[in-house]
Amino acid sequence: MVLAAEEAVTADPLVSAKGSGLWRYIVIRFFLIFPTVIILVTVVFFLTRITGDPITAALGGRLPPDQLAERVHAAGYDRPLIIQYFEYIFGVFFFFIGTAITENQQVSQILLQFGSATLELAIYALIVAFLVGIPFGLLAARLRDRWPDAVLRTGAILMYATPIFFVAILLKLVFAAWLEWLPVAGRASTRTELLLQTLPNPTGIYLIDAIRLGNPDAVGDVLWHAVLPGLALGLLTAGVFLRLVRTNVIGTLGAQYVTSARSRGVGEYRLLTKHAYRPALIPIVTVIGLQVGLLLAGAVLTETSFEWKGIGFHLAQYILARDFVAVQGIVIMIAVIIAVTNFIVDIVAVLIDPRVRY
Amino acid sequence: MSAGHTNPSTDAEASVPEKTPAPQLTARKRPLLDRIPVISHVRQSVGLQRGMLVGGLVLLTVFVIVAIFAPWIAPYSWAQRSVDGVKFGTQQPPNPLNIWGTTVGGFDVFSRTIWGAQTAILAIICAIAFSIFLGIALGLLSGYFGGWLDRILVVIADAIYSFPSLLLAIVISIVISGGRSTLWSGILSTAIAITVVFVPQYFRVIRADVVRIKAEPFVESARVIGVPTHRILTRHVLRNSLRSIPVIVTLNASEALLTLAGLGFLGFGIDATAAAEWGYDLNRSVADASSGIWWTSIPPGLAIVLVVLGITLVGESLNDLSDPRLRRRRRAGGAA
Repeated sequence: MVLAAEEAVTADPLVSAKGSGLWRYIVIRFFLIFPTVIILVTVVFFLTRITGDPITAALGGRLPPDQLAERVHAAGYDRPLIIQYFEYIFGVFFFFIGTAITENQQVSQILLQFGSATLELAIYALIVAFLVGIPFGLLAARLRDRWPDAVLRTGAILMYATPIFFVAILLKLVFAAWLEWLPVAGRASTRTELLLQTLPNPTGIYLIDAIRLGNPDAVGDVLWHAVLPGLALGLLTAGVFLRLVRTNVIGTLGAQYVTSARSRGVGEYRLLTKHAYRPALIPIVTVIGLQVGLLLAGAVLTETSFEWKGIGFHLAQYILARDFVAVQGIVIMIAVIIAVTNFIVDIVAVLIDPRVRY
Repeated sequence: MSAGHTNPSTDAEASVPEKTPAPQLTARKRPLLDRIPVISHVRQSVGLQRGMLVGGLVLLTVFVIVAIFAPWIAPYSWAQRSVDGVKFGTQQPPNPLNIWGTTVGGFDVFSRTIWGAQTAILAIICAIAFSIFLGIALGLLSGYFGGWLDRILVVIADAIYSFPSLLLAIVISIVISGGRSTLWSGILSTAIAITVVFVPQYFRVIRADVVRIKAEPFVESARVIGVPTHRILTRHVLRNSLRSIPVIVTLNASEALLTLAGLGFLGFGIDATAAAEWGYDLNRSVADASSGIWWTSIPPGLAIVLVVLGITLVGESLNDLSDPRLRRRRRAGGAA
């Protein structure tokens, strides 16, 4: 994502010169994923090992010293650090990132099992963010410095200023505890959960599973439970989108081609939605790459507040249990997800930028 | 591969000096008040922008005053469960003894909210101070000398920059405190965690400016007449590359507080008996919210919102005022 800005510029003449430029860019950008991931794995690995091996951290004091030493030896944590490091790096590329101490389960299994829940939450949040952020951002840019702009900007700043878990608590207080419209926590009611378990090969994404089940009550129940978590996580991102759309559209509204279009008699609405909006989208697409990181960090907090049993909820559980192998593994897999998303976003940014198209 | 700009506003700032070199040349002749960052911004602003800036400054002033005078404002200590031998009781609604009620642990909500300001301000100051110092030093050296060290630092900074700060902070908290902690170890581990996350931002901005400035004729002429390197670095390069620091400081200050609260909320907080921390209090109040108990969550939550709001309003206004595309001018003719 960082590279996108420059690469796009340097790739520009290349692309127009010969057709293979885009593919070369994609290949180079793809291989840039690896240094990012390796650096992050290295940083996380050595940071978590400075203080000693993870088994002593999790179980020290609860086991007699000889048993502790035995388990440390069995897990291979008494070997030289550099050997463990290379083993770990190789493991990451084969999706082997250690065994959780507290449950004796592969961390990659935990991720596969609960990843779908986090993905579902992230999709709901992104829908909320797009529906709220982009139209209101356009409105704020159009009515710049008038009262709707002031209200919307204050709202956007408020959305950013409110920690996501406080938003969650407020939503819970108002809609679940006082009005009793929506459920307090969880992904579905117990009855629906039991129904969903009868389904063969579940996707883990409850909405899809409920639709496959063909039970309208179950679909309604799943959606009902998704409203508050989706809003809590989505509003945070919506605030960022709103401010971005506003700033960028104000920038493009002042551009000369917009002025010339206005002098040709193009209507204000068309100016906004056609002329100013499209070019303003390019920096927004690039920033969505960064938003994925924010979204995942926010998901950790949202899931904890709503007992939404995804990766983030379990990450918090492992933190409390001092299971640092699991924490380390989850954090590293999130790093991989972010690196891959940034790669995709960079490619999309190049594809939608008309200056690079040929 | 130089540190690229992703932030549109930073991009615009970077292009300002080439067009308007005048302020730098006349800097010495301007009155003192105009040269202090925030005050000059207030004088420059008009209308809504001034309102936002002043509003933010007011919120921040209240926050600082509460933090400094917490021992006199708060009726009880943060870890007090009883007064004169009478227990407060747990989850008590607001009453004359505890004006904002008590928490699930039997602490006074009002006192803990007030004392929380102190923890927050200490964490913010430590985090900002560490990261400015490290970020500027690394950016200056890396940008000025270049070479392989520069390349390595840029790659590492970019890798860290793309990663969510809260998750990195979790990993670093594990290292520094193993989770639970007392007041100072808790604040320091949070501050160091935030530092690691923020250093890349300062590093990138300073480095980009230094790379630009070191090619300017005045640096070259200083080198030609034999000015020692450390003097060129501090006097000629550093002083001209600090332009965008106030904006980043305010943006980072709010993120520092949110990270502190986020760590506290996830259970990496400071122990309730060691200090009052808003994120920890919110963590304990999640279950209260489900049963309709509002007084344990609203005060610490609002405290975070107001402080972050104050910092963000100031930061946002400074950002707009330093961006000529977004700045409103005093005279109608100059309106962008």
